[in-house]
Parts: sequence; structure tokens; C-alpha cells
Amino acid sequence: MIYRECGIYRTSYAKDMALFPIPLDRWATYAIAAAAFLAVPLLASDYWIGGLIVPFLCFALAALGLNFLTGYAGQLSLGHAAFMGVGAYAALILYARYSAPLLLSLLGAGLVAAGVGVLFGTPSLRIKGFYLAVSTLAAQFIIEWVITHVKWIGGGVYATIDTPPLRIMNWWLIDTPVEKYYLTLAVVVALTVFGRNLVRSRVGRAWMAIRDRDVAAEIMGISLFRYKLLAFAVSSFYAGVAGGLISFTYYAAANVEEFNLFLSFRLLGMIIIGGMGSILGSYLGAGFIVLLPIFISQFLGGVGKVVGRLVTTDLLANVELMVFGGLIIFFLIVEPLGLARLWRTLKDYLRLWPFPY
Amino acid sequence: MVQSSATETGAHAGGVGGRPKLQVQGVHINFGGVKALQGVSLDLLDREILAIIGPNGAGKTTLINSVSGVYHPSPGRIVLDGENITYHSPARIAALGVARTFQNVALFKGMTVLENLLVGRHLHMRSGALASGLYWQLAQREEIRHRAVVERLIDFLEITHIRNALAGTLPYGLQKRVELGRALAMEPRVLLLDEPMAGMNMEEKEDMARFILDVNDEWGFPTILIEHDMGVVMDISNRVVVLDHGEKIAEGSPGHVRGDPLVISAYLGEEAAA
Repeated sequence: MIYRECGIYRTSYAKDMALFPIPLDRWATYAIAAAAFLAVPLLASDYWIGGLIVPFLCFALAALGLNFLTGYAGQLSLGHAAFMGVGAYAALILYARYSAPLLLSLLGAGLVAAGVGVLFGTPSLRIKGFYLAVSTLAAQFIIEWVITHVKWIGGGVYATIDTPPLRIMNWWLIDTPVEKYYLTLAVVVALTVFGRNLVRSRVGRAWMAIRDRDVAAEIMGISLFRYKLLAFAVSSFYAGVAGGLISFTYYAAANVEEFNLFLSFRLLGMIIIGGMGSILGSYLGAGFIVLLPIFISQFLGGVGKVVGRLVTTDLLANVELMVFGGLIIFFLIVEPLGLARLWRTLKDYLRLWPFPY
Repeated sequence: MVQSSATETGAHAGGVGGRPKLQVQGVHINFGGVKALQGVSLDLLDREILAIIGPNGAGKTTLINSVSGVYHPSPGRIVLDGENITYHSPARIAALGVARTFQNVALFKGMTVLENLLVGRHLHMRSGALASGLYWQLAQREEIRHRAVVERLIDFLEITHIRNALAGTLPYGLQKRVELGRALAMEPRVLLLDEPMAGMNMEEKEDMARFILDVNDEWGFPTILIEHDMGVVMDISNRVVVLDHGEKIAEGSPGHVRGDPLVISAYLGEEAAA
């Protein structure tokens, strides 16, 4: 009874198709937005904002991109970190080397990544599932190799481009963690709204049709060629913007080492734990994976104090990996649709609560 | 023009005829050594329901697959409204107005009934990724317009109560009906129904037969219907084509085909025909 749809009459298709047809959902969303824009900068410390929330938002954006491809269009990618890397270098080359405006650099990062994504997405037209996963794995290695071996990109083996001070239009210097947080938040919110609209309209339906039954989708007149490549393009665009953004606001450099294969797996883990085919799931999964190491180190630190032994950092790192793997197996078996599905189950439960009918 | 209703079953009714909408000309399909179709020809007239019957393995589904572009005949020609579509891709043939259902339901299981039908509107919509993502004016108006079209179909097929249910969770009979709706949403020039009543009980079959006749009344899509149940075929089709071992062995009105000795022997064996 707390969360109810009773008595809410939608009298036009426009109202029924609104993003949040239920008032409570709408108000909750406004409240979260207000909290994100006002409360977080006031309440959270610089460490929390700069060290956790900003990378969380960037990873959520990348996970969202991967979710379009894997959760909505049903195509697996193990090379998404590499697409982030492409975005990171593209953004910094544009911004630092050619002094392009900041937001245009991010847009350019997305577009370059989208182009590379389409290139590596072409095998999806011939192969599916496991084999496609392996061919996107090749993308990961090829892109890493190109970045470290083409001198023009990052200047050779270490391939690092430092981020110069961030300015928008030469007058707003983005320097403090809070300012970087606002930049990240604005980009991420805008792209999330865009993505939410995308998946609820014609394009999103075409993707889901391909995911559920590609033969039938083609018989409905959906061009597999166009929509699979579009999925790779949009997905890599998001990854590219996320890569550029995180290099601007968190790493303070574009560095190929950050965008390794393990990050690809982590992104996949985020959408498995968070929820395939769910926008909310991308956020939940990213938040979960970003917060997990902190939670584990706090927990093990506490345990260490109790038993009187020091917990070493390599033990922490290994425990983190084990928990990560264990969670993925757990979710694949118990709740393949992830945290987003659990949230939905809870909402369905609250609809009738406390009455059992 | 008045179309045949359930009461004047099996007869040629007014409105059927004119230039053939779909022509299948001498189609051969081979799978390795298996000759699935050997020179089958047929014409589908405007507003008619043409039933294709035949024993298992006669090549009925193969014929539909070759019309919708899943297989390409060689030799042979498929002509839609005077245009040769023999070697077009399935998506291109769909864009030209050929809609179909599948023998084993092929709904998009993870999508709602509403979304399934909206996928049927895909070809009538224009919004690309940018317009969809911005969801401003153009895309929104388009969504609402096509939603209204789909809602009329949902009403027509009496599935209003399940419009927000996931297609994969529905009982089989309803899935078949949703799949018919998805094909109708395409506003096709030619409708291909591959065993729309397979695996249904009597009541569901009657419902489905009623819908097929109503669809024919309302829109008059020329329809090819594959069906095993002879009773249904006799009741709702204008003409019947009989396939056996990849060859056409009879064609004509239901009454005529029923008495054909070749058909009887294909279905019941040689002795029954003699």
C-alpha cells in the first residue's frame, strides 16, 4: 500500500508512455536528482566525491553502454574497456593536443570510440555468442597494442597523456572534486536520459527483438546489419565518453594500463550483478562493484583487529577477486536479471503490502 | 465488397480475384540430396485465403520460407505484385509487405505483448537513434500514433487484459494470437500463416478461425494458410493447394480437393484411394 498504482488513471497514451507514469516514482526520481545535485556536494567529503562517487558515475556510464549491447541487443563484448581506452586517448588528444573545447572533446571521444566499436562489431554479423565474445576479446588486445605501439597516439610504450587543467569556454576552471563531480554528473545524467528514451522506443525495441529471436526480427523487417552495428556504435559511444570523462576527472591522465582486460570483465560483472537489460541495473551494478573493495577492506580490517593479525594488501586484493567471482556465479544462478530484478520484486511486494491478496 | 463469412464457408466469395498478388513459379529447393520442393507453382489472388495442405515433410513450411526469403529457390521465381523478390533478403521482403507467423511460436519472449506488436510497426516508423534518444516532438508523436494503431489491434484480437504481460509467460494459445497480431501490425500486402492452429484444442481453434475470417473481412489481406486440420481448412479457405513430396498434386476449391483420388492416397494411403 506504500507503493500503489490504484486510482492512478492514465487517460492518454502520452501519459501511459511517460517515463514515470506513477507519481511516487516521479517524485522519488526528482528527490534523487536533487540529492545528487545539492546534498551530495554539501554532505560528502572530498575524498568520497573525488575518490568514489566520480569514478562510480563514470563506470556506471560505461556499464550502461555495455548494457545496450549485451542486455538489450544480446551481443556479448569482452573488449569494452578497450573502447573506454579509445575514448580516453581521443578525448585527451583533442583537448590537450588540439585544444578543442572540453565538451566537444568528450563528444569526439564518443564518436571515435563508436567508429572503432563498429569496426570490431562487424564480426557480429556472422557469428554469435561464444565466438563473438572471443572476437571482441581480440579487440581488447589489438587496441591495447595499437595504443602502445603507435607513437602518434600516446608517444610510445608508456603511452600516457596527462590531463591539462579543465576549462569550459575559458572561464570556468574545473578544479575541485565538487566541480569535477558536477561535470561528470551533468554528462552522465544527460546520457542516461538519452539512453532511457532510446531503449523505450523504436531502436530499443529493434535491439530487444534481435536479442530475443533474431530470425523473427529479420522477418519483421529489422535489418540485423544496421541494428547490430548501431548497438555497437551507441554502446562504444557511451564507453568512449566514459573513458574520456574518467581520464579528465579521476585519473588525470589517459593511461592504457587502466583500460585492461580486467576492467572489461568488471564491466561485464557490473551488468550481470546489476541487471541485464536495465538502466537502473547498470547503476546498481557499478555502485556495487566500486563499493565492494571498500566494504571488504573495512570488514577484513575489523576481523583482523579482532583476531589480532594484520591484513595485508595482497590478501585484500585476492579476497576482492574471490568475492567478485563468487557473486557473479551467485547472480547467474539465483537471479540472472540481477539487482534491478530484486528491486522490482520488492516493489511488486510493496504494492500489496501489508495485505496478502 | 462483401467477403466470405463463416456461414458461406468454403465457397468463392465476392471480391476474390483480379491480378495475382503473389506468384510462385516453378520453385525448386534442395537441401543436399533432399528435394524439398520440386517445381511448385501457385498464384495467390487478392482477398483470398489459400490453404496449403499436405502430409508431414511435404514442403509446406519450406514454401513459406522461400516466399519470406529465408531460402532462395533455384531454379524458380517468386513475384510479389509484379516485382521479382526471389533473391531479396528477409528484411527487404518484409519491407515490401510480406508478413508471416511461425510454426513454433517465435515471439520476442522478453518483451511485453504491446512491445511485440509495436515491433510489427517497425517498418512504418521512421525515428532513428538520435530522434528516439531525444524523444522530442517527432519521435514522441510517432510513438503515440503507432501505439493507437496497435491498441486497435489489441482490441480486435481480444487481448487487452494481457497487453503488459511478457510474451514468454503467456499460454500457448494466446502466444499464437499475439503472433498473429504482430503480423497484422505490419499491415502486410500478403499474410503467411504457418499452422496458426497447431497444438490447440477445439475451442482455441474455433477462436483462431474466427479471427482469421474476421481479419479477412476487415482488411482482406491475401493469406496463405498452412494447416493440418482438414475440417478447419475446408471451412475457412477459398482455395486449397495440396503438396506431397515437394510437388503440387492438386489445386482447387475445398470440395473439389477433398474428392481428388491423388489427395486421398497421399493422406490415407494407396488402398483407400482405389
